[in-house]
Amino acid sequence: MVLTRGYAVHTFRASRAMNIHEYQAKILFDQFSVPNPRGMVAATPEEAGTAAKELGGERVVVKSQVHAGGRGKGTFKNGFQGGVHLVAPAEAAEVAAQMIGQTLVTKQTGEAGKLVRKVMIGEAVEITHEYYLAILMDRATCRPVIVASTEGGMDIEEVAEATPEKILREHIHPLMGLQPFEVRKLSAGLGFKGEPAKQFGKLLSNLYRLFLECDCSMVEINPLVETTDGRVLALDAKFNFDDNALFRHPEIVEFRDTDEEDPREVEASKHSLNYIGLDGNIACLVNGAGLAMATMDIIKHYGGEPANFLDVGGGATQEQVAAAFKIILSDDAVKAILVNIFGGIMDCDVIAHGVVAACREVGLPIPLVVRLEGNNVAAGKATLAASDLNLIAADDLADAAEKAVASIAA
Amino acid sequence: MAILVDENTKVLVQGITGGFGGRHAKLSLDYGTQLVAGVTPGKGGQTFDHGDHKVPVFDTVEQAARETGATASAIFVPPAFAADAIMESVDAGMDLVVAITEGIPVRDMMKVKAGIAGSNARLVGPNCPGLVTPGRGEHSQGGCRIGISPGYIHKRGRVGIVSRSGTLTYEAVWQTTQLGFGQSTCVGIGGDPINGTSHLDALQLFNDDDETEAIIMIGEIGGSAEEEAAAWAGEHGKKPIAAFIAGATAPPGRRMGHAGAIVSGGKGTAQAKKEALVAAGITVAETPAEIGSALVEATGWR
Repeated sequence: MVLTRGYAVHTFRASRAMNIHEYQAKILFDQFSVPNPRGMVAATPEEAGTAAKELGGERVVVKSQVHAGGRGKGTFKNGFQGGVHLVAPAEAAEVAAQMIGQTLVTKQTGEAGKLVRKVMIGEAVEITHEYYLAILMDRATCRPVIVASTEGGMDIEEVAEATPEKILREHIHPLMGLQPFEVRKLSAGLGFKGEPAKQFGKLLSNLYRLFLECDCSMVEINPLVETTDGRVLALDAKFNFDDNALFRHPEIVEFRDTDEEDPREVEASKHSLNYIGLDGNIACLVNGAGLAMATMDIIKHYGGEPANFLDVGGGATQEQVAAAFKIILSDDAVKAILVNIFGGIMDCDVIAHGVVAACREVGLPIPLVVRLEGNNVAAGKATLAASDLNLIAADDLADAAEKAVASIAA
Repeated sequence: MAILVDENTKVLVQGITGGFGGRHAKLSLDYGTQLVAGVTPGKGGQTFDHGDHKVPVFDTVEQAARETGATASAIFVPPAFAADAIMESVDAGMDLVVAITEGIPVRDMMKVKAGIAGSNARLVGPNCPGLVTPGRGEHSQGGCRIGISPGYIHKRGRVGIVSRSGTLTYEAVWQTTQLGFGQSTCVGIGGDPINGTSHLDALQLFNDDDETEAIIMIGEIGGSAEEEAAAWAGEHGKKPIAAFIAGATAPPGRRMGHAGAIVSGGKGTAQAKKEALVAAGITVAETPAEIGSALVEATGWR
């Protein structure tokens, strides 16, 4: 099947896999010789001032470091406009003082905004042209794909929509790797000639090496720029990493900034629980990702709103179930809980004991509907019935969802 | 006659001496599976004992295949070594390689996918519950169970089931067992973005299988595998198909547990998938509780 143009651009784009800051991306670029403007990170206005002085020149750029796009057009809650500023080196400390410790709201952060803890002070560059360059894992072809465009600095999805002919794509054979002719094709397609063409080729080869060696699922440079002094530089970057491969990259795990993540999700990850907070009021606790999604769906089908996605996995322990209950109950919006377990191999009685112990430990201020099915289910149901907890037992998934929705309406 | 495996299929387990692999090897033996060998590098010459069973353990898949005639392998080795284990099985000439391991890096799978192209081996998974062709004994004993599915919920019968998700497969299996229809073969293809066997591959196999009279396809958000399968079925499908797509309420941009389950850039939504399925004449269950009734609707069975 031929996929619509632009598909590959989106494939992994919005994945909430681990993110890193711009100054951390710079570290990776430097390590793999991907040319980028000189710059330094600063956690205080004083550090920002020192960095700006060291960079020198007429102008430096001061950039808020948060995991969100749209920084330039963002607004701080203290009223300061813009999360990115071009200033004289002497003014850098002053501007940094308006950003550090303040909350920046951009179109990607939501109303809550993000607290800026650090800024990056970068060399200001004179740009002659902006390009777009990304490498991502394309699931449709099971290959990395390089996506490039002469229309840099803009929303690439809009470019793909309006002028699909301006999006270049090159799929790379996983075993052959990036070939010189592929580099030449892209370079020519972007209109590079002479010395900049050589620079682009080197940058792309190094970027591809970085993409593979760091197990990225996406690296996106927007914009890639050509400067008036003839350099080709990665001006801004967004990285996503394959969570499955982080075990072989302790140096990248070090980049993780849990301040940027939902605290409930951080807590869940400590207990190896797969939790994603949502906006509804019926919490669910389920074994298996597919069944957890389907449980959210059936709650919605019966007129409720799921408060979370939570997969406790195939071998959940009593400790994990208790931790899951605590996380669920820490959300004030939650008005009922639905536990849905299909114990294939897992013993339903073990789950039942886990639920009872967790409820005893953390208290149960709201209705709890439990649906158990599978291995040793009779013993599990007996355990729940024998507990003095105020549980609502359900016969099947539909029954469970209906009862959970009804428990709130009542 | 079911697809991919039957009660005579000789199976080996890579990682049989590990806790997880060992536990499920025992359950497969109890189910009646012809589990003839285990492979753990460095432990060749030992036996894996369970009741009356003494399963020989080999250092390499090649030795195990030569000595026992195994043609299918189940992979239970940790993620860091799983790609190597898959390629070892392919090299040893296995017809079927079932990768249960969860959490294999995408880069590794990308190489594996390219590396096995042109070989005769079929890969199922990774990050999947495996497959079951139920037996004809009590609680479906006497069948072939490769992986981690609960055997007892099955019943030998006429429905082929293919699914990306584990526990959701069990829902479908359980519902078809309770309705008395039973299953020909159940294939869990796994929740990763790169996998060996697709929904389409499984549909084609079921379509050509005499014992399979109807098919249940369970998908989820992300990618376009369900749409591709549906497009093919609309044109070539000879059998009624019922389906369920999980993730209608999943917000865009969030990965729902499985590495492959993500809606991004407006692609891979549950709604778009459902529409593609319905357009291909597939009966789509609105909720996971209605998979069985969707099958009844699609087939007219009672």
